[in-house]
Amino acid sequence: MLVARSSPGHLAENVMHFARVLRAAGMPVGSDRVHTTLQALKVAGFDSKVDFHAVLSACLLDRIEHRALFDQAFALYWRDPDLEGRMRAMLLPKVNTKDGTPPPPENRRLGDALFPQGPNPPPAPPPEDEIEIDAALTWSDRELLRQADFETMTSDEWRAAKRALTQMRLAVEPLPTRRTQPARHPGRADWRATLRSMARHGGDLATLHWRAPRSRPGPLVVLADISGSMSRYSRMLLHFAHGLGLAQRQGGVRVESFVFGTRLTRTTRLLASRDPDIAVGQVVRAVADWSGGTRITTSLHNFNQHWARRVLNSRATVLLVTDGLEHGDTAALRAEMERLHKSCRRLVWLNPLLRYAGFEPKAAGIQAMLPHVDRFLPAHNLQSLADLVAALCQPDTPVRPPQHRGPPHPAA
Amino acid sequence: MSDAQDAHDPIAATALPTSIDDTIARLGALDYVADRALATCVYLALKLQRPLFLEGEPGTGKTEIARTLATMLGRPLIRLQCYEGLDLASAAYEWNYGRQMMEIRLAEAAGTATDAAAKDALAQSLFSDRFLTKRALLQAIDPANPVAPVLLIDELDRADEPFEAFLLEVLADFQITIPEYGTVKATQPPIVILTSNRTREIHDAVKRRCLYHWVDFPDAQRELDILHRRVPNAGPDLAKEIVAFVQRLRTIELYKLPGIAETIEWGRALLELDALVLDPAVIQSTLGVLLKYQDDIGRMQGSEVARMLQEAQTAARNMAG
Repeated sequence: MLVARSSPGHLAENVMHFARVLRAAGMPVGSDRVHTTLQALKVAGFDSKVDFHAVLSACLLDRIEHRALFDQAFALYWRDPDLEGRMRAMLLPKVNTKDGTPPPPENRRLGDALFPQGPNPPPAPPPEDEIEIDAALTWSDRELLRQADFETMTSDEWRAAKRALTQMRLAVEPLPTRRTQPARHPGRADWRATLRSMARHGGDLATLHWRAPRSRPGPLVVLADISGSMSRYSRMLLHFAHGLGLAQRQGGVRVESFVFGTRLTRTTRLLASRDPDIAVGQVVRAVADWSGGTRITTSLHNFNQHWARRVLNSRATVLLVTDGLEHGDTAALRAEMERLHKSCRRLVWLNPLLRYAGFEPKAAGIQAMLPHVDRFLPAHNLQSLADLVAALCQPDTPVRPPQHRGPPHPAA
Repeated sequence: MSDAQDAHDPIAATALPTSIDDTIARLGALDYVADRALATCVYLALKLQRPLFLEGEPGTGKTEIARTLATMLGRPLIRLQCYEGLDLASAAYEWNYGRQMMEIRLAEAAGTATDAAAKDALAQSLFSDRFLTKRALLQAIDPANPVAPVLLIDELDRADEPFEAFLLEVLADFQITIPEYGTVKATQPPIVILTSNRTREIHDAVKRRCLYHWVDFPDAQRELDILHRRVPNAGPDLAKEIVAFVQRLRTIELYKLPGIAETIEWGRALLELDALVLDPAVIQSTLGVLLKYQDDIGRMQGSEVARMLQEAQTAARNMAG
């Protein structure tokens, strides 16, 4: 039974509070949506709860990821017989629910949204580090810093390195697109501009205008291993990805980032904050398996299955950051790498193990992955990141030999 | 809408549905079996004159709903297939440069374009209605339309971001601004359906202007209903087995799950092969209709097919209808 059915005035309020709950649970619901919802409810009526649910979801939902959360919120919010009492409690922060603790909501995020004064207040953000470094490093200092390994850096060096990274010019090789832009040199005629100028000059063909294909960098996808041995390198790579992502807002690259340890987490939205330290800090806090073990095969499988088609296209560059030390099933790893390789334009593997001069790819995991990467580069110090930028900027479309592969062997 | 029902009108639009149940019934009459949530969204989109944004796996009937709506409401369907690099010239409008050039030559030959006023007049006439080639989007909002059409913007995820940004004006105000000409605004807003296979995320600004619905795979009963309507020649037993097998396929982890379109295609294929019931051999030889990745087909070898068929047959026996 819906409380609000008898009184339309309450309905508007209820919908508004419901939207507020959704917003607090992390769904982007603007007030224009609430307005639409009320309009829609007026039109559709709601004789059954199913219709009511359909109307609300059509107006308030805009991506499939939020559907589960929405359904839970809907069930919780519109089921409660003492809805008004509960809402009054919600609106007046001082009134504590006296009858024991609130019923355990299914989802933590939702629980926090429904009962903001719950027993577990969100932890206060850690105090900002005061970054005080001498900006004027001497040349030799800078050279030392460029060569220093991320793993063994002191915290001062680490900060200096992050700073150096923000000063690095980050760019990715532009690729021609199907769109065009005005050009100076003869090529494709721009009839629209030409005729406009002809009309202005009373029909005299004064100058022909031209257009040429416009170039834009393809998207960049960072897949970073955050297991114990990789954690510091990956952290720096996240700073690197963040820098590229910022450059994007000035019309550059679209960057997607994922981290994986024992499972895969998408971190693109977490990295959206402007401040690099806050952005990377958010990732570190949100990801549960930082500095734990690693399962490369399952993480890659997850990526291929659920994300590859959404974030990769024939223009994309993938930066895979991992040491490749996988001990499980190397045949499966090979298959996932092959699928990943075929879903993008170039696959760059950044492996900090390459810092050792005498490194030979002998481990079974590395052996399985190597045939399916286009570039194999180190990523252990600033110099190698600078080299990486240089490599990304060069016009470089890997040539891949055709692969003749018979039908797969029947499963045993 | 009532004046559009004039008997002399070549395309007389029928009235909008009056309720959600009416929407389901009228879609059903055209063999589109919509679930209640989808019907609600369609009904709201029609009533509120909002674009409807449909997202979902390929082959779940997103494009089909636009076709069915056009037939149901007696409106023309204007379809815009998106692709990377889709630009204004192919989506909205283009000037007819050849004719413009000709007009200039004619003016020169007549010697009329001499003083400043005449030049202005020529410039005015060059960028007028006569020289405008209308493409899908402009056609859809043309004020001269006798009846507002159904505009299908298909697979928006294939277009690039600049095109999405351009769409904002069209979706919010049903108007297009042409710099040389002015603003064209629809007298009656078209019915807009956008679809996406979600190969990338569509910008929030576009979604905000639309009603959103995720089109799921149908449950067994609804899929059976759809199959009966689309492939009427399939016997009841075969139809049940087909549906049960496809539903079973969707529970295992495949790279690309078969949609309803594949189910219907498979039904037709099996009819062509005169199959009365499913058996492992015929499934094996027609698997390419259902699965489109070698890795997925590779998983369906030998005993796996037989085992799944057995489970599907058990499920089919328990199916009503």
